[in-house]
Amino acid sequence: MAKSTSQTIHWRRRLSNGVALGAITAAALVVTVPLFLILGTVVYRGLPALSWTFLTKSTLVGSGNIGDGMANAIVGSVEILALASIVGVPLGIGAGIFLAEYGRNKMGNVVRFTADVLNGVPSIVIGMTAWALVVVPQKHYSLLAGSVALGIMMVPTISRTTEEVLLLVPQSIREAAWGLGIPHWRTTLSVIVPTASSGIITSIMLAFARIAGETAPLMFTAFGNQFWNLRLNQPAAALPLQIFTYANSPYDEAHAQAWTGALVLITIIMATIILFRWIASRSTIKGAS
Amino acid sequence: MYTVPKSRTPRDPQEKAGVVSAEGAPADSSSLEVVSKNRLPLKESFFGDAAFRSVIIACVLALVAVVGLIFFELISSSHLAASKFGLKFLIRSVWDPVAEDFGALPFIYGTLVSSLVALVIAVPLSLGTALFLTEICPRRIRPILSLLVELLAAIPSVIYGLWAIFVMAPFLRKYVEPVLGKYLGWTGLFTGPKYGYGMLAAGVILAIMILPIISSITREVITAVPRQQREAALALGATKWEMLRISVLRNARAGILGAIILGLGRAFGETMAVTMVIGNRAEISKSLFAPGYSLASSIANEFSEAVGAVYQSSLMECALILFAITLVVNALAGLLVWSITRGTPSRAIG
Repeated sequence: MAKSTSQTIHWRRRLSNGVALGAITAAALVVTVPLFLILGTVVYRGLPALSWTFLTKSTLVGSGNIGDGMANAIVGSVEILALASIVGVPLGIGAGIFLAEYGRNKMGNVVRFTADVLNGVPSIVIGMTAWALVVVPQKHYSLLAGSVALGIMMVPTISRTTEEVLLLVPQSIREAAWGLGIPHWRTTLSVIVPTASSGIITSIMLAFARIAGETAPLMFTAFGNQFWNLRLNQPAAALPLQIFTYANSPYDEAHAQAWTGALVLITIIMATIILFRWIASRSTIKGAS
Repeated sequence: MYTVPKSRTPRDPQEKAGVVSAEGAPADSSSLEVVSKNRLPLKESFFGDAAFRSVIIACVLALVAVVGLIFFELISSSHLAASKFGLKFLIRSVWDPVAEDFGALPFIYGTLVSSLVALVIAVPLSLGTALFLTEICPRRIRPILSLLVELLAAIPSVIYGLWAIFVMAPFLRKYVEPVLGKYLGWTGLFTGPKYGYGMLAAGVILAIMILPIISSITREVITAVPRQQREAALALGATKWEMLRISVLRNARAGILGAIILGLGRAFGETMAVTMVIGNRAEISKSLFAPGYSLASSIANEFSEAVGAVYQSSLMECALILFAITLVVNALAGLLVWSITRGTPSRAIG
């Protein structure tokens, strides 16, 4: 104890400090390794088979056991995601507005808890629910069912993030609008929401990136389809489903196509993320992302 | 008060409906009237507000209804299995579709064990990452590193699975499992034939997948620890590590526990990657090299081919168990994280 006042630190303390800080740094570096390994492998194995044919031909046409391309799966994914956004985005933003503007009470807490519960529900369970709600009454798998499942998954992410960015809008802006006699609903729609719009866009993209790669909820809903399908009430192919099918197939050509599909999928998702980070960095409200 | 309208006006050009009379009225008396009585905006806003409010509440009710429906569907669809097998469904390890005899123990076991393996690997790494990013990292590389960790969370589960099948599992089989078997075989956890696929592979891929969520929430919790705590420790002559241990980790421990449990919840529900590497065999074996099965992967593999009401209902009961476990785990974790961060503004959790 007497020594603790002196300038030197005991060697054991210095050693433990060095070891611990070294371990922390090493952990942070190790964590980035799988990212580079996975991205590297996807590019290395996916790039050779990437061609115009891959992007334009469907999974059915082709020689042997697999098709030339995944165009139908890509289009199917785009359609499912678009429909899911039509379901999920308005609901999510609406719930977010409720939480921020009317949700400082017991009902708000109930809704907040519900959104958190939904956020934690495993995606495959949501898929089963969509199966029971849409596929069973329709009596067959459909693109619509897949979109419903993914749309439901978007809601909690969008609503909680929307709530957060709406609350970041300064109270003085609200008061200014009220002071001019603008009704509450119009204040919300024309003043608060536009001010927070970049944050809301961020939340939509975040939710989009989350569902774009989802496979499990589509297994019993969109189901997959070798043919082209644009109709809502028919089974449809989706990129993640096709990757899963090909990965489990015994053929090498199928594996190669799975890697290329993975490359396309990951490009779409990464582009979305980088776009949303760019939008967020131009945000009018700092820290709104 | 006087500066507010100035700053707001350019942002919002569309102030037509409600205020046109207030601003456009030239005569003093009429504008005064509007302001004093506040009649016009109020009358208009009554219907507008009511309509807007009901649309918003409809959205919220839809959200609540969806969660209610999920719960209701799971319970009603699994009723058949629940009434046939009762609570024994949870502790029996039979899975025989032909005889229509089902028990989910191997799945529950596989889910728990693979997730625990994932935690053992992921917790130290993600705590280290969180501490590094918040306390040690030079300011300039912090955004890059946090972007990299964030991107890890953005990789789809099916691509993790693809990579795990073709790259990770062969690597485990060739290099990792022989070493583990040789030096740790005596524990009984690392014995038997080395396939590469199995509980260990599932645990490792799950660990990579839950790293980002644990580290991002831990970061949030650590950031919420007051500055004064750190300064006090440093002022007493603590080294940096002692400061982190005494003032940061100790104060944030409940929240960190919450982050870990939240990661556990993610691991429980993860489907695709696990399905692709766990081996899909409904057996319970002590060795982590052996193939297993999880609740989620049993559903993924068998549900679309399940014929017969009892079979389907049993899989639904698996989903119900999964839902119940994740619900409890997430509620617990949310409570713990909230207990630390409630004073500080929260950030979006992806």
